[in-house]
Amino acid sequence: MMKLSLGPILWFWSKQSVFDFYAQAAEWPVETIYLGEVVCSRRRELKPDDWLELARDLKACGKNVVLSTLTLIESEADLRRLRRFCEQDEFLVEANDQSALQVAIRNKIPFITGPSMNIYNVATLKILARQGLRGWNLPVELGKEALGQLISELKQEGLDLPAEVFSWGFLPLAWSSRCFTARHYNLPKDNCEFRCLEHPDGMELRSRESQELFRLNGISTLSGARYDLMRELPDMERMGVSTVRLSPEHQGMEAVIKRFDQVRRGESPDTDPLQLVEAPPCDGYWYGRPGMDQVRT
Amino acid sequence: MELVCPAGSLPALKTAVDNGADAVYFGFRDSTNARQFAGLNFNDKRAAEGVEYAHARGSRVFCAINTYPQPDGWEQWKGAVDRAAGMGVDAIILADMGLLDYAANKHPHIPRHLSVQGSATSHEALSFYKDNFDIRRAVLPRVLSLDQVRGVAKHSPVELEVFAFGSLCIMAEGRCYLSSYLTDESPNTRGACSPAKAVRWQETPQGLESRLNDVLIDRYGPGENAGYPTLCKGRFEVQGSVYHAIEEPVSLNTMDLLPELQELGISAVKIEGRQRSPAYIADVARTWRQALDELGAHPGAFQVEPEWRNTLSGLSEGGLTTIGAYHRKWK
Repeated sequence: MMKLSLGPILWFWSKQSVFDFYAQAAEWPVETIYLGEVVCSRRRELKPDDWLELARDLKACGKNVVLSTLTLIESEADLRRLRRFCEQDEFLVEANDQSALQVAIRNKIPFITGPSMNIYNVATLKILARQGLRGWNLPVELGKEALGQLISELKQEGLDLPAEVFSWGFLPLAWSSRCFTARHYNLPKDNCEFRCLEHPDGMELRSRESQELFRLNGISTLSGARYDLMRELPDMERMGVSTVRLSPEHQGMEAVIKRFDQVRRGESPDTDPLQLVEAPPCDGYWYGRPGMDQVRT
Repeated sequence: MELVCPAGSLPALKTAVDNGADAVYFGFRDSTNARQFAGLNFNDKRAAEGVEYAHARGSRVFCAINTYPQPDGWEQWKGAVDRAAGMGVDAIILADMGLLDYAANKHPHIPRHLSVQGSATSHEALSFYKDNFDIRRAVLPRVLSLDQVRGVAKHSPVELEVFAFGSLCIMAEGRCYLSSYLTDESPNTRGACSPAKAVRWQETPQGLESRLNDVLIDRYGPGENAGYPTLCKGRFEVQGSVYHAIEEPVSLNTMDLLPELQELGISAVKIEGRQRSPAYIADVARTWRQALDELGAHPGAFQVEPEWRNTLSGLSEGGLTTIGAYHRKWK
């Protein structure tokens, strides 16, 4: 049976909200939980020690915990925080940037690559496999065709590298040094008043025809539609996908996970309406189409 | 500091060399490079001619093979590396780890430069590429402030090249999937951002509209300058306000920073724009050559001449330039 994972929280939530969220997540049927700040170095509601404390608590609840690193590393301070995660040997690390790769490899810490690492071919996976790679995420813009080829080439090479697929949530699409939330409020990034806290699911960016295009979330830009591969799970299982990643949202998460759990067990999912932040669905990337498209009807 | 100029065609390459480029960079006529435009780039014969022309005049030639090959493209991308090597280019600009590894093993004598698409923003990331693929140089993403560039340069194990002038990408390059979200092509997969095939212009009662795969990117009132609908430079609505929510259509111009860049030990400044005309390349290359020569002659007293500034402003998107992320406040 495929595993379910809870990806790192991409939004900025208060410390209490984060702890409350994971107190619930401890009870959910997900095998793996990714912890850590992956978007903005100014988001420090939780210090590295807080994350480590959470990690130990969740591990004690039987979860496989992975520590996720910042995606865009810009300064020595960012590197210092990154080293806290990449120089410990209690937990696996999700490397979201080549800086994390380097530090993890130097310290012989096994790692997984996150969806923002550019894994487009098996030659790349082979290089990392020699240096501690334990699993990898498919880049969000790739679909089932490339994934199928990658998995079958890995098999031919005799490499056992579990593949994980971002399967539910708003897709992380870009990172900038500019903060778009601060820009919206006409504030400098260095004095942003932490306005992201007011937007636990980001800010909608629409075209002037009210089409939901993106979600602005600090320095990151996410998809305006919610990626949902629940109905592709049987296909993913056949292909040999190891882990199905769900991306945290502040409401409705428990019911979503329950449904993915039902589907991976071959049961019919609940059909009562989900209480989610409103957004159109998309699955285009999976089918090699523009990401915003919804192909399966 | 070396002046590295873009060449989208043989005439542009010759123009860049004639106007003082220390090095030119080009790509093949397919999606193996990050500027895949119809009618642009080089077939093998033209590329070989370009290499010969540049070398005869003391300029170097870099070949960009900086998109990410997927399994079904692997042989084609490897072939591109072999072709570049066979032509005697002075360096290959690469981003993909698999391809860097291939080039390092198959053609170890040809220097490897890490493309901006390799997303290396720290000295640790640069060390990763140095240790694994023995890169000689790296092009830094356009997201670092000058202080941050200083931090990277201080511990960098390789030569650094920074963007000096041209279109401004404001997302960390190599990790931006916005284009493939709206269309089916991205810089990583196809070497295209907001591809021309998806662009549509339409006169409507509300104004001139630019669309990308039917998505309204911008709408222009009478007298407004309309620009190419690069998706991050459109006007969108966020919480009831319509504005350039991501970035304005402006160009990067770092000429004012040349003394600082020199002091940091930056090896080369890069001009963006393989999609530009030879006439554009001539003006930009000549202006930057003059500036670099002046910097070399009077390092302590460098000033940007008004004439240079005017020339570059006239060649910029919307006539506007910015030093972008180099200036902390831009962020």
